[in-house]
Amino acid sequence: MTSVLEASPLTNSLTAGKLPRRSSLWILLASWAVSAAFFAMLFLSGTVDGFNIVGTIVFGTVLYCVAIYVLSRLVEGSRKAKDRLMTALVTAAFIIALLPLVSIIYTTVVNGLPAFLTPTFFTSSQRNVVGAGGGVLHAVIGTLLVTGMATLISVPIGLLASIYLVEYGRGKLAKAITFFVDVMTGIPSIVAGLFAFALFALLFNDPGIRFGFGGAIALSVLMIPVVVRSSEEMLKLVPNELREAAFALGVPKWLTILKVVLPTSIAGIVTGVMLAIARVIGETAPLLIIAGFTSSMNYDLFGERMMTLPVFVYTQYANQGADSQAYVDRAWAAALTLIVIVMALNGLARLIAYWFSPKLGR
Amino acid sequence: MTTNAATNVKARQRPGDRIFSSATVIAGSLILAMLAAVALFLLVESLPAFVAAPDDFSGDVTNFWSYVGPLVFGTIYSAILALLMAVPVAIGIALFISHFAPRKLAQGLGYLVDLLAAVPSVVFGLWGIGVLAPMVQPFYTTLVEWFGWFTPFQGPASGTGRTIFTVAIVLAVMILPIITAICREIFLQTPLLHEEAALALGATRWEMIRMAVLPFGLPGIISASMLGLGRALGETMAVAMVLSPSSEVIFQLFTAQNSNTIASNIALNFPEAHGVGVNILLATGLVLFVVTLLVNMLARVIINSRKAFSGAN
Repeated sequence: MTSVLEASPLTNSLTAGKLPRRSSLWILLASWAVSAAFFAMLFLSGTVDGFNIVGTIVFGTVLYCVAIYVLSRLVEGSRKAKDRLMTALVTAAFIIALLPLVSIIYTTVVNGLPAFLTPTFFTSSQRNVVGAGGGVLHAVIGTLLVTGMATLISVPIGLLASIYLVEYGRGKLAKAITFFVDVMTGIPSIVAGLFAFALFALLFNDPGIRFGFGGAIALSVLMIPVVVRSSEEMLKLVPNELREAAFALGVPKWLTILKVVLPTSIAGIVTGVMLAIARVIGETAPLLIIAGFTSSMNYDLFGERMMTLPVFVYTQYANQGADSQAYVDRAWAAALTLIVIVMALNGLARLIAYWFSPKLGR
Repeated sequence: MTTNAATNVKARQRPGDRIFSSATVIAGSLILAMLAAVALFLLVESLPAFVAAPDDFSGDVTNFWSYVGPLVFGTIYSAILALLMAVPVAIGIALFISHFAPRKLAQGLGYLVDLLAAVPSVVFGLWGIGVLAPMVQPFYTTLVEWFGWFTPFQGPASGTGRTIFTVAIVLAVMILPIITAICREIFLQTPLLHEEAALALGATRWEMIRMAVLPFGLPGIISASMLGLGRALGETMAVAMVLSPSSEVIFQLFTAQNSNTIASNIALNFPEAHGVGVNILLATGLVLFVVTLLVNMLARVIINSRKAFSGAN
């Protein structure tokens, strides 16, 4: 009897038929190494000029998908092999999405830095500049004025509307507003620009109208829905107990909202507003339509064309002069400025949300 | 006495309350009014375009509808191509973040994808023309050589790579974040019990996803795709900068002649337009507005019908 028991298999049946731990990581590294070796050989043999890093990653990842599927199928069976393959594909999808991001940031920094570091870049406008030199001061001022004005218009309207939706709105009007706010987040930016143009062209009876305030209106059309959505989410997070406690103390509803609900959710609301600003500050099309472009300074939102950073990037690229490299360099440098501003706004907004927002599970 | 008081208790209407609540109502209604105003002003300003004389249009086009036709085709064609590329990748990323990545890393990785949404469209345009187009051009030449018998792949291949396919790639990258974000939300709403039940029955992770997560998330995926479609339809600057346009209906993906999109056509021609030309461009903008509005409304209706029984709210 006992001898039969001692003859039981030496391997543990629960772990049998499995690839060793971390084998997928090693296979991935091996596939990348193989494909790197392949491309390095192409490079050294002189068939192609330059080591193709994108090709290495893409080809290596494809190789990994095949290798892990075959190996797992041999050792672990078809179901587990499929699972491994899908894991590989899903991870690959994520890496594929990161490639453009890395590429965009890299090229913008590399192409933009030379002109970005020119001393005049942030201290002068493009007025009377032909060829190299000049700067983006007029565009930076224009962007700040137009976006600032858009924020001034959007935040009160958006915040009040979200308060209505959370605190007062019941019934059809609230439902319609919620629905159309969602729909409005999908309005193409150029349509917002055309709307602002149509509005002011009719109001002032001027078929060629261009001015900064119109740009602010166009941006508000894009910004208000974003502000409403994010503020609404934040107001909903405020616990009802706080409101009820205030009501029980006899505080009027409007004071409850102003003194209890808003202060509790202010961090989230600020985050939402900053993300909304980050979203509209890079909008080009509406400003191209209604704010126009110019190479001079303009501090007046209500008169004359006004340059903004995104439009500056576009016009520098689209209307290249004789010394075309100078224009392209300026376009990239302005793009770098824009990306830095947007990323800074995003990062700051996330940090505020991270520091102050109530912690939620899952 | 006491019963009387109990039935008549009513919050005193203070002036502050009245002012504040009506302010919020006005702000809310203002949003609806704004949407109506967008439609109204665009319509009023584009009326002259519908009755414009044949010589107001450039080329050999005689009326508005034959002018806008190829543009509508180009808009939808590029957007659908972009969608075909973006949706599988977006689903993959969303699954990766919601079910595959380590819990602690997941949120950070999500932000990384969101950063793509933060890149201004004009930068995408610069990147598409400066980096992507030269990079993919050799592939176009090869594809045209090998598969030229297939109509969309017909040559001659563009020498610059500035084709509608490159535009579709750029658009796909641009709409990835929104599709990913919504898919991620929906996948995270899958009832935990469904997932655990599948795993307890011995399903592998992929089988669990196929049996529990994907069927549950399907309406969400559809509406996320439609929102992405709406974005792709209306994207302006990236298309205007990358595409080398013409004014015909062209199915070929890799040639130097490509159907332009509505938005890009407006951006390219608006600064120089005058007279009825402005009205014509506004009218094409109205067409774009109506199309995107319908797509977005449909998407939202699908999402909202899902909300009711998702259990997450």
